[in-house]
Amino acid sequence: MNDALPKWADIALIPLLNLTLALIVSGLVVLFIGEDPFEVLSLLVEGAVGSADGWSYTLYYATNFIFTGLGVAVAFHARLFNIGGEGQAMLGGLGVALALLYVPWPHWSLALLAAVAGAALFGAAWAAIPAWLQARRGSHIVITTIMFNFIASALMVYLLSRVLLVPGAGGSPETARFAAEANLPGIGDLYALLGWGCVERPIASVCRAPLNIAFLLALLASVGVWALLWRTRLGYEIRAFGHSEPAALYAGISPTRIIMMAMLISGGLCGLMAINAVMGEAERLVIDPVQGAGFVGIAVALMGRSHPIGICLAALLFGMLYQGGGYVEFDIPAISREMILVIQALVILFTGALDNMVRVPMEALFLTRRRPEPALPLTATRSDGDPKDRQVEP
Amino acid sequence: MSPAGNGGDAALAIELRGISKAFGPVQANRDISIQVRRGTIHGIIGENGAGKSTLMSILYGFYRADAGEILIGGRRVEIPDSQAAIRAGIGMVFQHFKLVENFTVLENVVLGAEDGRLLKPSLAKARRLLKQLADDYEMDVDPEAVIEDLGVGQQQRVEILKALYREADILILDEPTGVLTPAEADHLFRILRGLRDEGKTIILITHKLREIMEITDTVSVMRRGEMTATVRTAETSPEELAELMVGRKVLLRVDKAPATPRDVVLEVRNLRVVDEQKVERLRGIDLTIRRGEILGIAGVSGNGQSELLEVLGGYANGTGTIRMNGREIDLTGSASNARTRRARGIAHVPEDRQREGLVMDYSAWENVAFGYHSDPRFSSGLFMDHAAMRADCDDKMHRFDVRPPDPTLAAKNFSGGNQQKIVLAREIERNPDLLMIGQPTRGVDIGAIEFIHEQIVALRDQGKAILLVSVELDEIMALSDRIAVMFDGRIMGERLPDETDQRELGLLMAGMAGEAA
Ligand SMILES: Nc1ncnc2c1ncn2[C@@H]1O[C@H](COP(=O)(O)OP(=O)(O)OP(=O)(O)O)[C@@H](O)[C@H]1O
Ligand SMILES: [Mg+2]
Repeated sequence: MNDALPKWADIALIPLLNLTLALIVSGLVVLFIGEDPFEVLSLLVEGAVGSADGWSYTLYYATNFIFTGLGVAVAFHARLFNIGGEGQAMLGGLGVALALLYVPWPHWSLALLAAVAGAALFGAAWAAIPAWLQARRGSHIVITTIMFNFIASALMVYLLSRVLLVPGAGGSPETARFAAEANLPGIGDLYALLGWGCVERPIASVCRAPLNIAFLLALLASVGVWALLWRTRLGYEIRAFGHSEPAALYAGISPTRIIMMAMLISGGLCGLMAINAVMGEAERLVIDPVQGAGFVGIAVALMGRSHPIGICLAALLFGMLYQGGGYVEFDIPAISREMILVIQALVILFTGALDNMVRVPMEALFLTRRRPEPALPLTATRSDGDPKDRQVEP
Repeated sequence: MSPAGNGGDAALAIELRGISKAFGPVQANRDISIQVRRGTIHGIIGENGAGKSTLMSILYGFYRADAGEILIGGRRVEIPDSQAAIRAGIGMVFQHFKLVENFTVLENVVLGAEDGRLLKPSLAKARRLLKQLADDYEMDVDPEAVIEDLGVGQQQRVEILKALYREADILILDEPTGVLTPAEADHLFRILRGLRDEGKTIILITHKLREIMEITDTVSVMRRGEMTATVRTAETSPEELAELMVGRKVLLRVDKAPATPRDVVLEVRNLRVVDEQKVERLRGIDLTIRRGEILGIAGVSGNGQSELLEVLGGYANGTGTIRMNGREIDLTGSASNARTRRARGIAHVPEDRQREGLVMDYSAWENVAFGYHSDPRFSSGLFMDHAAMRADCDDKMHRFDVRPPDPTLAAKNFSGGNQQKIVLAREIERNPDLLMIGQPTRGVDIGAIEFIHEQIVALRDQGKAILLVSVELDEIMALSDRIAVMFDGRIMGERLPDETDQRELGLLMAGMAGEAA
């Protein structure tokens, strides 16, 4: 990154400015179709964070995006563009289903351990093939991971309609429900535990919201990724490789190993998303458990500057957009599903692709603002026998 | 007072008044005033980190000064960006060229200076102009050649042509000869003299006092952010300039006792390297280096020296035999990498410190462990020991006088010489059996050169074997106990420094075999 900006500006100020710009343009679009942008915005915020059930849906979505965002970010640090989060998360779902369908786990905690192993393993395995092709054959990871998304979804269709299909599921390709013992504690259980009542509302109730313990797992994963990247030797090597491959070679860091490790971890994290969506929410494997979270993860990682804190904040933002967007759609029929997609796309556009539009002027601003400070290590030892200064007229 | 106003003198191509610039706590330029007369070649010298590049970046609109004013041709100007600099008639040739590799010379020259929307008329015009410029200044480059096929010397000429095409009157060259062969440097100087005689003004930054003496009319000295002296070249000497720069007497030659070589450390037999294009880069190299001696490899760059260092360093494939302390080194397989080489006692200061030797975005303390980061000293189990790395860095920075001694500063924010000191500190302090050093003093100021040379000799005197690769013949002659000359992937011959001279080495470097060595 650039040193022209202080860290706080890089991590917080610029994304906020980007977001504001995106909202202004979105507002113009809303205005254009004849609706009041302020009303839409306030509905969006209200829907996302205006009530307990809004919050719990927002955080449920955010959990998905934290996992995929972290996954994409780990690969980013090794300068690998993992577009395959979608497929890796689907395979993660398969891993969860296999871990839960055939073993009668006595308690959810054991089931969770098994499901985490299954999700991470399958996600990582799905990333391993493109990684190996990149490391050994030089096949570009962007291309191969995209192709693996298609293969993953074809594989899911095949498995769910031929192999894992539960008889009598009403024709929709999905597995049987996981055993009740394997259900993760959700926000509703927490309310019950604390003896709080649930407000029943027409569209949602916090007690039926899908937010579950996987959210804590996502926060844990964020800490883990931070420690991995900035505290472990592997992280040091991954970042060094990402900054400069020739330097990595010089230092004896094996590119094959770094590409494999970074992608395995990346795929594993994307796979973990299924803990939230498949184990926590659907409680069975359905045909598309990922719902685009793999792609949103790319935007989240970009916006979060590939740093876990940034990723959590960006994931929260996208969670709000998802949940608040649904709410707006429900309240103002003129704002359709597509309209919400447009707004999300604008946020991605401004925070990702158009980042430099804000960054460059901000850097200039910070550079001109920076003034000399009194501490001067360079001149600290200035008096050590200067030669007599001379000035000759040229 | 000139009619131009602001009290500027129109006979001056450039006048800077009271320029200051700080990067955080580092005052890179402090109250700098300088006058550059039209139609002269003005040299700027100074230690690494003195602020030369910063000053030129301000003149070229990359940075904005915190204070001070710029006058061009006696007129006060604002230079907020490089377009403004170009409009003011300033052209800059960077050390790392900014050319589009897969464009032709012609396309690169017009890029960004196209007239109108259609490329055709401007290409035709450019071709004519290019031809004329090339004739005038003996800059023979083929307008249709693609940049990536050209050598560095020619690429540099394209950069100069680019500036001239934009009608630059003032040409700034920041360390232009660092990457050139002696012959290419001579050619460059002929071009620069021709430009000066046409009335152009040239600012030349270099660490090589020989070049300053040879080509400049006036020379300014910078020290720690300040302009400390401006003298006429004819009235000064390299010794005096060195003293002005560093603030003390500098030994311009190396002081060393005769070598006392002992047992063999490195033995290389019939080493061959074939690159990805199936070109043979090393064609059977034989070398022996003993404890307590410096073997210098002379040669024009690109004759296999880099490949030699890479194979020995463990990150290029080769065939043949390499023995370290009598034990053969595995040249193939997964155990052949830079880490295992380090474990065998080979330390390596690579030729390109910015590409290989350092991770430019890593802080100094992260870089000081680079390559040795698996050492128990720096890591335990899966984790790195940041406290130990920082302490080690602090220590090394003080011992090698790295400026500023700030372990948290990113490597890219140190000046070239200080970057080199960081790499050297890391490699030398590992106490290796064999130290390989590529271009140890490229882009390094004379004070630091003296220091680096002292370190190399001291290491030799401790009984280490040293393999020195340099394109600077002076450096090879001064440091080596034996000199091997490389040409086209072969060793053309070995000489003792006392029994040879630059002329004979020059012939060997050009591939003209002397008597069998
Ligand atoms: N972008 C930056 N951020 C922080 N410090 C910087 C930056 N650029 C330069 N510096 C510092 O400013 C000082 C002057 O650097 P500059 O590159 O101008 O030196 P120089 O005279 O060109 O040295 P060299 O001969 O090694 O090229 C150095 O101490 C350097 O570390
Ligand atoms: Mg410089």
